[in-house]
Amino acid sequence: MPPACTSAPCTADGNGPDVPIIGPMPHVLLIEDDASVRDGMELVLRRHGYGVDTAATGEQALALLAGERGARVELAVLDLMLPGMDGFEVCRRIRARSATLPVIMLTARGDDQDIVTGLEAGADDYVVKPVTAPVLEARIRAALRRAEPSGQVQGPGADLAGLVIDRAGLTVTKHGTPVPLPPTELRLLLELSASPCRVFSREQLLESVWDHTFLGDSRLVDAAVGRLRAKLEDIPSKPRYVQTVRGFGYRFGPL
Amino acid sequence: MSRTDRAGRPAAPKRRARHLVGGLRTRLVVTFVVVALISAVTATALAYRDARTAVLQRTQNAAVNDLRERVGAVAADFDVPPDQRSLSRFAAKVSEGIGGNIVVARYQDLSAVSDSLADTTSRITVELRTAVTTGGDAEFQRVRWRGEPYLVVGMPVTYADGDRSTSGLEVYAISDLRAERDDTAALLDSVRTGIVPVVLLAAVLALLAAGTVLRPVRKLGRATRELAAGDLGSRVAVTGHDELADLARTFNETADALQESDADLREQEAKARRFVADVSHELRTPLAAMTMVATVLEEDADQLPPDAARAARTVGAETARLSRLVEDLMEISRFDAKAARLNAAETDLADTVRASLALRGWTDRVRTELDEGVRAVVDRRRIDVIVANLVGNALRHGAPPVTVTLTTAPEADGERVVLSVADHGPGLPPEAGERVFDRFYKADTARTRGAADDSGQGSGLGMAIALENARLHGGTIDAADAADGPGHGAVFTLRLPLRRTGEDTE
Repeated sequence: MPPACTSAPCTADGNGPDVPIIGPMPHVLLIEDDASVRDGMELVLRRHGYGVDTAATGEQALALLAGERGARVELAVLDLMLPGMDGFEVCRRIRARSATLPVIMLTARGDDQDIVTGLEAGADDYVVKPVTAPVLEARIRAALRRAEPSGQVQGPGADLAGLVIDRAGLTVTKHGTPVPLPPTELRLLLELSASPCRVFSREQLLESVWDHTFLGDSRLVDAAVGRLRAKLEDIPSKPRYVQTVRGFGYRFGPL
Repeated sequence: MSRTDRAGRPAAPKRRARHLVGGLRTRLVVTFVVVALISAVTATALAYRDARTAVLQRTQNAAVNDLRERVGAVAADFDVPPDQRSLSRFAAKVSEGIGGNIVVARYQDLSAVSDSLADTTSRITVELRTAVTTGGDAEFQRVRWRGEPYLVVGMPVTYADGDRSTSGLEVYAISDLRAERDDTAALLDSVRTGIVPVVLLAAVLALLAAGTVLRPVRKLGRATRELAAGDLGSRVAVTGHDELADLARTFNETADALQESDADLREQEAKARRFVADVSHELRTPLAAMTMVATVLEEDADQLPPDAARAARTVGAETARLSRLVEDLMEISRFDAKAARLNAAETDLADTVRASLALRGWTDRVRTELDEGVRAVVDRRRIDVIVANLVGNALRHGAPPVTVTLTTAPEADGERVVLSVADHGPGLPPEAGERVFDRFYKADTARTRGAADDSGQGSGLGMAIALENARLHGGTIDAADAADGPGHGAVFTLRLPLRRTGEDTE
């Protein structure tokens, strides 16, 4: 899955948006209290061919998602510093409502604690304000790509100790019960389970799942693994499916 | 409350040794003993002199009176001129009456001694005889004969009636003074035996006095050392109302004032740092909007009239620069607030360095000599920041070629990762030294190649941030001139402890 464009700041070539839009325009929900930042982001994303809905508060965003316009939203960009309900809570509620909507946090602080808390609340990725348009756009594109079918056409997946991963339909069931997974966690599971027992370093996973070529935050991987375990494992503290190899990274199994 | 003083401890044994020789305690003991000795000796000397004088006076008076009475009684029936026999009888009679003392009677050339065996001539001096002959009254003299003291009393015998003219007869009595001498000597002896305990007592009192003075002095000394070592909470307990208590009170007041102004300064410093953090934070939101729309301007610059295009590009570039500055301010504020955390994991350092260079498009401009396979537990993001700042600084201020070297070196406290960035520029200005790590330190303009260079301008905080990041890893960064000598470029060397395994991020 080679990325078309990396998350590294690829400088704009001056010809405006050059990303071919295939199919219907992806729809993004911007949740940001500062009007200028919100307008700026909306302007940039629209120029790049995205459909944009905006919300100034968490409450407004949740109401919008619950309404009829909510169905078309494919990704949320969420500022953590919001008046009223804070970004973490909004993120948790979005996750509770929709397991599969990718969320990118926009943090003004860059504080480590904010990032960790945000990732634990279920965010798929984060960017630190002020962010340049190409970086934001690349992150959004990468997050959306995770939600696309991988193109690996296979039959119903093998039963891996009660876990069935359908690589074509992008569904996961455990002992017959569907486990809804957000795209990032799903991609992570697909990546790991494609080569059972192979050890993936955090850097490899950041590159293959998040499209971060370099200097991705390895906590993204750790947080996603944690969320994945919480949904898959019988005892998350003693994982069977996604195991840690200390000093190296993660692997799927052995079961 | 009291912390162990780090500064004072090593010097203490030497200080104590000096105390033993010239200390207050020794001086007090010596003074007390000397004072006790002087007073004892003076008192004894005065008492001895008075006692001796009184004893001798009494003995002399008694001897004179006794002799006078006896001579008066015996001389009544004595005929002048005498012959040798009557003179001897006279002497014997007188001697009988005064307790058997030796009596010598003289009449012109005749001389008689009560005890014929005694040697009297050397005890009765010419001086005394002359005084007796010419003076006409009783005279006495103390003489020493064969080492023993004697009292010699002499008197002329006068006629009782009429003009009391002399009869020409002289009487001398020699009495022993040994008993008196022994009496006074006993006084000296008892003083001598008494002076030892007195001196000892004086020494003990001196030690006690020294103790009462020294204890508060020592406490004060310890508190002062603690204060000097940085424990501003150090105080002494004030006891009593003497001068030392005053001193202790003054010390406490001084320490209070010091602590207060220290707290004030710290508070002001914390306020200033918080202000910087708050300002940078407040700048971020407008900057976020500007950064976002600046891209739009830059993207469309080609379609704008030339002036507007230039303006648009400048806005874009300066917005990016401002963002970097605010980022760096935020970063340094996090270090100041001790909020920076190490997010460490085992990392291949050569890969990290290469990726840092590649990310910034520096791969073609920087020579690398990297030891492969050096893995250490580090925060990859922070190592990237260090590499980016050191190399960026070398590209901006030095001259090509810029070389990045990665190796390991054993050091006293374990193996270290050594990463050096060398340039071939003019080297460090002589006055720069470690100041290159100061915030917003501006080197001599000759070393700066200006904003025209496409490595861009630093925020002025890059080196300070690099150093803080190194410190967070327990490492250091040194700035030096190249080994070939000044003028051959500058070398910045990062040294990190090489931890191969450690706390992973899980």
